[in-house]
Amino acid sequence: MRPLKTLQKLYDEESQVVITEKGSPPRALFSGENFLLEDLPVGTRVIFPRPPLAGVPNVKAAIRWAINHPEGMEPLHALLRPGMRLTCVIDDISVPLPPMATPDVRQSILEVVLELCADSGVDDIHLIIANALHRRMTEGEMRRMVGQKIFDAYYPDRYYNHDAEDPDGITELERSPCGSHVVAVNRRVAESDLTVYVNVNFVPMNGGHKSMGTGLANYASLRAHHNPQTIRGSDSYMEPKKSELYRRNERIGKAIDKHLKVFHIESVLNNRMFGPATDFLHKREEDYTEGDRLKFHAMRYALSKVPRAAARTILNSVPAPYDVTGVFAGATEPTHQKILEKSWQQYVVPVQGQSDIVIFPIPFISPYSVNSILNPLLVQVMGLGYFFNLNRGVPLVKKGGVIILTHPAFDEFDPVQHPSYIEFFNRVLPETRDAVEIEKKYEREFAENPSYVHLYRKGNAYHGVHPLYMWYWGENGRQHAGKVIVAGAENNHVPALLGWDRTDTLTEAIEEARGFMGRSASISLLRIAPTVMVDVK
Amino acid sequence: MPAKAAFYDVDGTLVKTNVVHVYAYYAMNRGSLLGIAGRTLATAASAPLFAAMDAVNRKKFNEFFYRYYAGLSEDRLISIAEDMFEDVLKPALYEQTRDLIDQARRAGCRIVLVTGALDFSMRPLVRHLGADDLIANKMQFVGGKATGKVIPPIIEGANKANAIRSYCVREGLALDQCHGYSDSSSDYAMLAVVGRPTAVNPDMRLRSIARAYNWPILDLK
Repeated sequence: MRPLKTLQKLYDEESQVVITEKGSPPRALFSGENFLLEDLPVGTRVIFPRPPLAGVPNVKAAIRWAINHPEGMEPLHALLRPGMRLTCVIDDISVPLPPMATPDVRQSILEVVLELCADSGVDDIHLIIANALHRRMTEGEMRRMVGQKIFDAYYPDRYYNHDAEDPDGITELERSPCGSHVVAVNRRVAESDLTVYVNVNFVPMNGGHKSMGTGLANYASLRAHHNPQTIRGSDSYMEPKKSELYRRNERIGKAIDKHLKVFHIESVLNNRMFGPATDFLHKREEDYTEGDRLKFHAMRYALSKVPRAAARTILNSVPAPYDVTGVFAGATEPTHQKILEKSWQQYVVPVQGQSDIVIFPIPFISPYSVNSILNPLLVQVMGLGYFFNLNRGVPLVKKGGVIILTHPAFDEFDPVQHPSYIEFFNRVLPETRDAVEIEKKYEREFAENPSYVHLYRKGNAYHGVHPLYMWYWGENGRQHAGKVIVAGAENNHVPALLGWDRTDTLTEAIEEARGFMGRSASISLLRIAPTVMVDVK
Repeated sequence: MPAKAAFYDVDGTLVKTNVVHVYAYYAMNRGSLLGIAGRTLATAASAPLFAAMDAVNRKKFNEFFYRYYAGLSEDRLISIAEDMFEDVLKPALYEQTRDLIDQARRAGCRIVLVTGALDFSMRPLVRHLGADDLIANKMQFVGGKATGKVIPPIIEGANKANAIRSYCVREGLALDQCHGYSDSSSDYAMLAVVGRPTAVNPDMRLRSIARAYNWPILDLK
């Protein structure tokens, strides 16, 4: 009979946490556009996502209820006046990941809001995508997001992307005497009688004050919080109380709320990322049926046989059948608070203590590579930025510990979406990886480069300064980890430029990590995706 | 931050025209009505030949074509330039040209046009775009009449790069901070000499060079 101590170790008080033992099955881990199937050392703690929460049975009814019973504001219908100028601001394609199966929740919200506006005699309406310095969404992506009917009625004159570089399209609401603190928003929004923000919450860092303060701002305004100092001051991006990023956004958001009337409609999704064909990825490997195993091996084989670009296209073309688990509306803070609670409920798994070594499997997609390539800087931001921060203030990995990423770390960039990333990777990183120095020496140059500004405004490119932001985003993980190893990297130079070690296999990476941390080092695997967050006790 | 400039090739980069259009306009607008008709026909007939020559050797093409100007007075050339700008260049400007130039100006760049065309033919465009300077070929005039010869060195190919470098030295600009824009692989030297080159509506060869060197590629409309 097993001693009680072993049994405790096996279950760790939480069914989403499994401690690997001798007979445990190998784990299916994302590694770019394919999967690894890996046996992990006995004693490895595997943290699984929670099963998807049940969605609301009638999304439109939930939306109507929310806008009729808002938090801290009058109902939407009471704010509408005939002849008023109204702007609906919509979250961009960076959330959710992968894009959700149609109808997108944003479409459902807009259908309700626009119908109400029509009934109230409001016809001066613009729809603006809050893309900040992200790439402009393409016509096809915009159509998919709001549906054919809304698209036909509003595109292109009244349904468009925010342009942070349009000198006539931005209004400064506040500016400190030295110019270091600027609160700027889209002019149309500033001149509207009412703004309705249509949000979709994917992780707790979305929504709230970030929506308006970031999504509709310009470079001068974003500099206040998109910098290495703010990132270093944040214990987690996902926990408002421990996030300097959140605090600075809050300051800007409060200033916006002082000047503008904004009615937030926030929605939260469950983590049902995979449809019927691949829904075994939601399960623990212990619970796989023979059918699941067969499907997994067939998928893995097929993905390994097609060129990477084709695998990418296949994976990007499969939308996620998310369910809407809640819709709340009203003033910024009380609305967002409700959303946060729902979000924690879905994502947070409590675990006991930090680990010396943590494995993050990196999938093919990130908020900044939808319909594009997860280039090396985006691999970095996924591992050291987002996954490292999927906690409530205490990282899963110990200070000075080892982070292992599974990804091929290929040297591929998309010149259409990420032109300035190419220069950053090849020119700046060979010189320095110090975020503060990079900010001082290169940020202005990249931000003001007329070619990058043009590609952002007229093409579908991320803003010139965006790769620097991606580098800052990884600052927490970089400062915290003693070593980063990328397992399965297909070349030497990408890990070397990023300051990482590389190994051919995960087993070798674990060996190297144990060499660094000691033979008895504890190991955790965050079996992501679907999305999961930890609450380290 | 050191002073910097953005250098723009003109034909095919900022305007849809090719240098042949400008020459053709001048050829058509000199002399008598009958002569105009004759020359128009002759120019139209030889346009494909000019285009081919231009593609093969821009320098030879320029030298060959500048002979057409021989005997014209400076005043006449300048007044034709004004008409030519209104009739040919202005309608051919890409819609996004002004945005591109405004952005460079906001980034603190001095705006300089660099072209193999003759300076007087480009002055109206310089004024229209609010450019700060022009690097262009200069026609030799004797007694107020054009000789048909250009004061060397002819601005094309590698000489564009030399002219840009000299301009930066003279004006105290940091060449590695400067931007260069061109559509043609014949301007490779001009793009390579500045620190921030960009291919604009590039021809096939320049597109492949830009891809190889990771230069940004703009498609102006």
